Amino acid sequence: MAIEVRIPTILRTYTGDQKSVTAEGANLSSLIDDLEAKHAGIKDRLIDNGDLRRFVNVYVNDEDVRFLGGLEAPLSDGDQVVVLPAVAGG
Amino acid sequence: MLTLDQATYDAIVAHAKRDHPDEACGIVAGPEGSDRAERHVEMVNAAGSPTFYEFDSTDLLRLYREMDANDEEPVVVYHSHTATEAYPSRTDIGLAMEPNAHYVLVSTREHGNNDGPVEFRSYRIIDDEVTEEEVSVVSSLPARSTT
Repeated sequence: MAIEVRIPTILRTYTGDQKSVTAEGANLSSLIDDLEAKHAGIKDRLIDNGDLRRFVNVYVNDEDVRFLGGLEAPLSDGDQVVVLPAVAGG
Repeated sequence: MLTLDQATYDAIVAHAKRDHPDEACGIVAGPEGSDRAERHVEMVNAAGSPTFYEFDSTDLLRLYREMDANDEEPVVVYHSHTATEAYPSRTDIGLAMEPNAHYVLVSTREHGNNDGPVEFRSYRIIDDEVTEEEVSVVSSLPARSTT
């Protein structure tokens, strides 16, 4: 069950500069745990206090996961996950 | 140093003035690794606020897919401050996630929607450290290197 995960520039320090990696998981939460096992340190940049960070956007097949159940968003083989930090400020 | 052509500079200023008193935001994309600010893209401030800006999440994905397809990156990320100086706020610094970008701040506090000069400043923001840089406005960008 391979899922492609697109990694933003700022997080490529964790993936050896790779723009895209593969990971596994039946939902976003377990996918992130698998990413962490392969690229230690990345989970903390995505998750804070058990939930997705407010200023990190994650998309499954182009849909914002906030509309798909957040960390519970189900995944299946061949899905594409995109991680993009929000462009925001004050 | 950030180099911008006059038309792009004027378009960013016009956008900031038009959206005042809300913050305006957008990017200038360019070929990856080139540091050339070539393609201005105005973004909608989904926060619609005088004190905050955020790209809409769907627009953000579309923008990054487009840049990806063109082998581009955000060379400039800009937004306006409408009541304070053109210097990154603590929030701006904490949320600066593009290590290769020039962060441009435009302040419309003096003339708002009207004609008149604005503050237009550029910064690098890396690991919470802010470094101001010179902005050079040229009539057009030099020809692309062919090497």
